Amino acid sequence: MRFLRFWWDFVVGDDWRAALGVVIALGATAGLVAAGLNAWWLMPVAVAAVLFASLRREARKAS
Amino acid sequence: MTAAFLVASAFLASAVEFVEALTIVLAAGLTRGWRSSLTGLAAATVVLAAIVAVLGPALKHIPIGALRLGVGALLLAFGLQWLRKAILRASGYKALHDEDAIFAREAEEARAAGSEVRAGLDWYGFTLSFKGVLLEGLEVAFIVITFGSTQGRIDLAAIGAGAALVLVAVVGVVVHAPLSRVPENTMKFAVGVMLTTFGIFWSTEGAGAHWPGDDASLPGVLAFVILLSFGAVTLLKRRREPALA
Repeated sequence: MRFLRFWWDFVVGDDWRAALGVVIALGATAGLVAAGLNAWWLMPVAVAAVLFASLRREARKAS
Repeated sequence: MTAAFLVASAFLASAVEFVEALTIVLAAGLTRGWRSSLTGLAAATVVLAAIVAVLGPALKHIPIGALRLGVGALLLAFGLQWLRKAILRASGYKALHDEDAIFAREAEEARAAGSEVRAGLDWYGFTLSFKGVLLEGLEVAFIVITFGSTQGRIDLAAIGAGAALVLVAVVGVVVHAPLSRVPENTMKFAVGVMLTTFGIFWSTEGAGAHWPGDDASLPGVLAFVILLSFGAVTLLKRRREPALA
């Protein structure tokens, strides 16, 4: 259990929603590529959205 | 360009981790004795070398597309953690990393701990040093393996990390104190930017999309992540200022 906890903290950290956002965005990119669209632009946009959402949550908690 | 970026990224990321590991080894050595601290350091180094030696070649058997997707996703999740913390520190929402304070706390805890001798070593000093180096070193191993494997150049990533190790070790021996003058918060910011950049780049490729201009678009992704980060710092500072007033 401690082993799993360590790897969870190591990779996911304290905001699991950011990690989930990354996984969803990757799935969407793969889906669009499978549909014939070269969706290279999706990950940068998704990362911006995930990062800002995560920062907003953290800033709200702090204030 | 990509090779230089790879070496520089591995160097910077590893240097940050080695500075943190040095603080722990120093705290253990100065308070519990150098023999147990340096034995802990050596034991952790052997374990880390074994991890890299086993995982590095094993990754060569994974198809490159799947490897880039998996590694890219991991780098991105990992990089976003670093970047988020760095942005929060730069905008005043999180305390700056202070190596002197960490050293003082570790040293105080080490002084207060009881004395137990195992295998002829002060066990607290050994485990403090071993755990510290292993945990910080795991991040270095992760970075070397992920950065290197996605580009088929683990050797270049290892050179970057090795150079950081030598530099931090030499400076640590000379200074004999925590390296608090290293601009660690700035370095952590840079590492977060680089991890996120590599993560976006490789995970997109792994998902089957192709960047316009292939590897030549990497500087563009880097510029995007830098702009995003500084934009976030600016916005958070503006949000914080009225709250403080």
